[in-house]
Amino acid sequence: MLTEPQKPPPAIIVENLDCGYDGRVVLNEISFTVERGEIFFVIGGSGCGKSTLLRHMIGLNRPMAGDVRFFGQSFVGADLEARRQLLKTFGVLYQSAALWSSLTLRENVALPLEEYSRLNRREIGELVTLKLAQVGLAGFDHYYPSEISGGMKKRAGLARALALDPAIVFFDEPSAGLDPITSREIDELVIKVRDTLGTTCVVVSHELDSIFRIGDRLIMLDKTERGIVASGRPGELRDSSQDPRVTAFLRTDREVRRKQP
Amino acid sequence: MAAPTHVTNACVTAHTTGECLHLSLCGRWKVAEPRPSFESLIGLQKPETFSISMEEVGSWDGALVLFLVEAKRWSAAHGIAADFSQIPLQVTEMADQIVRGEAAVRPADSTPDLVTGIGMATVDAWRKTKAISTFVGECALSASRLARQPARFRWGDCLAEMQKCGAMALPIVSLISLLVGLIMAYQAAVQLRQLGADIYVADLVGLAVVREMGPMMAAIIMAGRTGAAFAATLGNMKAGEEIDALQTLGIDPVDFLVMPRLLALGVMMPLLALYANLLGILGGMAVAKGVLDIPPSAYWVETQSIIDLSDLSTGLIKATTFGLLIGLSGCLRGLQADRSASGVGSAATSAVVTSILLIIVADALFAVVFNILGL
Repeated sequence: MLTEPQKPPPAIIVENLDCGYDGRVVLNEISFTVERGEIFFVIGGSGCGKSTLLRHMIGLNRPMAGDVRFFGQSFVGADLEARRQLLKTFGVLYQSAALWSSLTLRENVALPLEEYSRLNRREIGELVTLKLAQVGLAGFDHYYPSEISGGMKKRAGLARALALDPAIVFFDEPSAGLDPITSREIDELVIKVRDTLGTTCVVVSHELDSIFRIGDRLIMLDKTERGIVASGRPGELRDSSQDPRVTAFLRTDREVRRKQP
Repeated sequence: MAAPTHVTNACVTAHTTGECLHLSLCGRWKVAEPRPSFESLIGLQKPETFSISMEEVGSWDGALVLFLVEAKRWSAAHGIAADFSQIPLQVTEMADQIVRGEAAVRPADSTPDLVTGIGMATVDAWRKTKAISTFVGECALSASRLARQPARFRWGDCLAEMQKCGAMALPIVSLISLLVGLIMAYQAAVQLRQLGADIYVADLVGLAVVREMGPMMAAIIMAGRTGAAFAATLGNMKAGEEIDALQTLGIDPVDFLVMPRLLALGVMMPLLALYANLLGILGGMAVAKGVLDIPPSAYWVETQSIIDLSDLSTGLIKATTFGLLIGLSGCLRGLQADRSASGVGSAATSAVVTSILLIIVADALFAVVFNILGL
């Protein structure tokens, strides 16, 4: 019998992950897979554990059980050195952008490069200029985070998340608190990132417009279920899901929106 | 039966048919205006049944609903049937919601009993102790990394912190140390003059300032000034996810934020203490000249004769320790802060309280240890 050609491992595998704080379980036995180059949404109502799942996936909280694998490598069980290596494979755009307030935009984007790369100061400078230009912030190098608008902060946060050209980028509510035009621009940036580098994007959001505009696949979490209630392509789920929770989330919002011109 | 009329905008007229009391509401029922209460209206009457109608009501809001709620409660309490069928459904529904809500919201007594309380306090104390030891351990590891790879350290940040907690604290340290020296010299002068031992003011002030007051005053000022600032800065960074952003980059927040601050305070505190010593002695000198008429040169010579290097070095060892304690508690409280504006506030408060407590405890320990060592 012929052995099948080895398929490269998917970008992220989450296996039976139990998430929670101080012994209180928020999410139970979560399992899903994110393929390479996908734009993957994690959706659900407020308080369903979207952010909790994200914090556990990126290692800010230790899972109570289960594992997260990036490109086949275990992240939860990794020792310090392996963990440091894995941290390089992903970037995070935080909800509040989380730019370091004591550093300028240039220094913010440069810090990951200074920390991980062996580039000299000039090369780092050039890369930073490029990253800032990619997100449309050319010329704002020497501004401090407090001096720019919310949308610009998000862009700068994205530039920082992309500084090391990670294979995966996590977005925590990328369009929260932004006007529709700016949030569409952020969506376009997400697409651009994926198309230029084949980056896998995991987006935590409940912004329906974004989900239908750019999402390839999604999982939906639920508060009472403490787990995934649906997974699939956004359009298919909206049109054919039998689960009232899913259709309520994906449809009514639409209709409500239509009623409010 | 005469209708109870009220000289308000909202009024009620009542009439009875058989055993049934009809209340018909009229006027404007607004929360901002006075209205009759159901209890006072019905008084001690006990009709078989009663009904309420509101055809005459002009405009109404929550006031009318509340009146109906009173009526419903009264009817339930006295077991008297009530007929609300003439009230529009939307109004009775709102009243029902209030009545039902009242029944549902009865929070259970959540005060824990004694044993639970003791248990929870123990668990809490254990957690806090663990957090403190973990933090001190992390700082030690970080310091060893710094010693091995000094090039990776953020010297720029450290110098900026030194500027902030050292140089910029000079004015307040000067003022307070000078005044403390002055106060001590005054107290000493009054007592020593009675014994004709005027010149010993220099000994008393010199020793007290160099061994105790200089480092102590500098430390208390730093705790209020710099410890609180560290806690607030780090707490704010935590609230803005900046600490998370460091962690996901694989940068240890202790290396990046705590070590520069700790080192800055550890270096600047002995220098500030030295400066405080000088100013304290100058304060004493001023009083000696002004009150006791001792020439400054004599005062200086007497001070030099009593203070030796061991006095000075014990003071400086203390100052360094205090500096590290202030830095540790400021940064620890900042990193532990809740992710909210009030969390940052309480982190700053707690940082000052913790550092002052640790300073005093450490000072007491030093007193014992130095005494045993004969320093």
